[in-house]
Amino acid sequence: MGFEKFGRISFTAQTKVAAFVDHLERGEVVASRCTQCGARYFPPRADCYRCLSDKVVLEPIQGTGRLVSFTTANYAPTGFEADVPYTLAMAEFDGLKVFGRMSKEVPEQELAVGLPVRLKVVRMPDGQLSYEFVKA
Amino acid sequence: MAKDVAIIGVGQSAFVRGYEGSIRELAFEAFREAMADAGITVKDIDASVICSAPEYDKQRSPSGLIAEYLGLNPQPTFCLETICSSSSMGLRAGYSLIKSGLHDIVVVLGFQKMSEISSADSQERMGRGADIMWESPFGTMMPAYYAMHARAHFARYGTTEKDLALIRVKSAKYGALNEKAVYRKGLNLEQVLTSEYISTPLKKFDCCANADGASCLILARAEKAKEISQKPVWILGLGAASAPMTLTGREDLTGLSCAREAARQAYAMAGVGPKDIDVAEVHDCFTIAELMAYEDLGFAEPGKGAELIREGETYVEGRIPVNVDGGLLSKGHPIGATGGSQIRTIVLQLRGEAGPVQVKGAEIGLVHNIGGVGIYGAVTILGR
Repeated sequence: MGFEKFGRISFTAQTKVAAFVDHLERGEVVASRCTQCGARYFPPRADCYRCLSDKVVLEPIQGTGRLVSFTTANYAPTGFEADVPYTLAMAEFDGLKVFGRMSKEVPEQELAVGLPVRLKVVRMPDGQLSYEFVKA
Repeated sequence: MAKDVAIIGVGQSAFVRGYEGSIRELAFEAFREAMADAGITVKDIDASVICSAPEYDKQRSPSGLIAEYLGLNPQPTFCLETICSSSSMGLRAGYSLIKSGLHDIVVVLGFQKMSEISSADSQERMGRGADIMWESPFGTMMPAYYAMHARAHFARYGTTEKDLALIRVKSAKYGALNEKAVYRKGLNLEQVLTSEYISTPLKKFDCCANADGASCLILARAEKAKEISQKPVWILGLGAASAPMTLTGREDLTGLSCAREAARQAYAMAGVGPKDIDVAEVHDCFTIAELMAYEDLGFAEPGKGAELIREGETYVEGRIPVNVDGGLLSKGHPIGATGGSQIRTIVLQLRGEAGPVQVKGAEIGLVHNIGGVGIYGAVTILGR
């Protein structure tokens, strides 16, 4: 349990990387690193497929990333209608790609592939935790 | 170029909004046509592969129900799902059942009654055709994912919204000629460019039409095919591949790696290259998907796909006609039926039975069918 607190609507309650949410509580967005072979993953994984180890640690993604792509959705799936329009985006941080939403504080005309961004944890009015991209 | 397994019968229901019948009756429409086309009876069939994305079905385990209604008991049947590429993967399974020696004649039946559930529920379920743990919680949908590919392609290669609109204008021209298409109106460039944004930069007319529909393919071992059919179309090359479901696992967003890999396999198996293809059906669930397919299949170099449509090379009279049946954009996209419908189009082209959109002298055709946003890729090469 615990992972149901992630995102506007979570479809998963149980995962071995539920500590991801504890890190969000502390203001951190974490990736996983395999302590056996050093492979880093985002989204974080409990298991390393490269060396089959399950000895992983969660480490914060820091610094500035660059926008890989983005889109502003004018329609939403069931349960997300109140958020429309919202911008989905992917950014790359030191070799790790992260998928999420762009902060509504960033004006749409400023969005561009390559835009420097950083990660910011957000708490929703209903207590759900997530993260978004803000301008670096 | 081995000719071991042939397609001896093809059928397709009309693709419509809100089919007025049950899934069994919908499936039967395609089955009836394919059986008449092949000139065989149910006793001749050894097995059936039923293709559907079951999240749209109220019926659980639909293969049991469909096989019964088609009169295909006690022959073995099973369901195959790779979302939108289900029936191309069904063809792959059918080919394998025959090539392995298990069976002589196999039916591949794809269907989807999208209208069984509401449009919003459909979008929500489509969103869950992505990583439900890490991406769906942000409110993802198919148009948004493809829109992100479009934006990346624009940024890297200078492709424009107008280039994408040109693809829809082509599909609308041919959709209007296809009696089985759900969207039969022509569209001009301005109409496409001024339609509302669904997920930027994709607009309403960059997105395919939802539809209910069914498709049916009948496959036979070479000896049987020659005995039964005057016009067998041979499966010359099969390619299939996968890519990470999670978008963050992808190398880049300017193409689909599963399509590139499936194409490489299919060309190698058939012993042909992109220049040998006379006519193609590609998975244009969105205009950007067709553009990426031009490049992933080698019809154009990476980044040069837009030139093909700007120069009209993918029209019937062009260098490599693509989706001249209206494509998913105008014909409609009933998930489980789509691949079978694309294959049917190419079979008709190779037989010279494609009517007003016939590509003169077509001998080798290609089908590109993608499941989800590039999760599953299937490329099939067919020949006379």
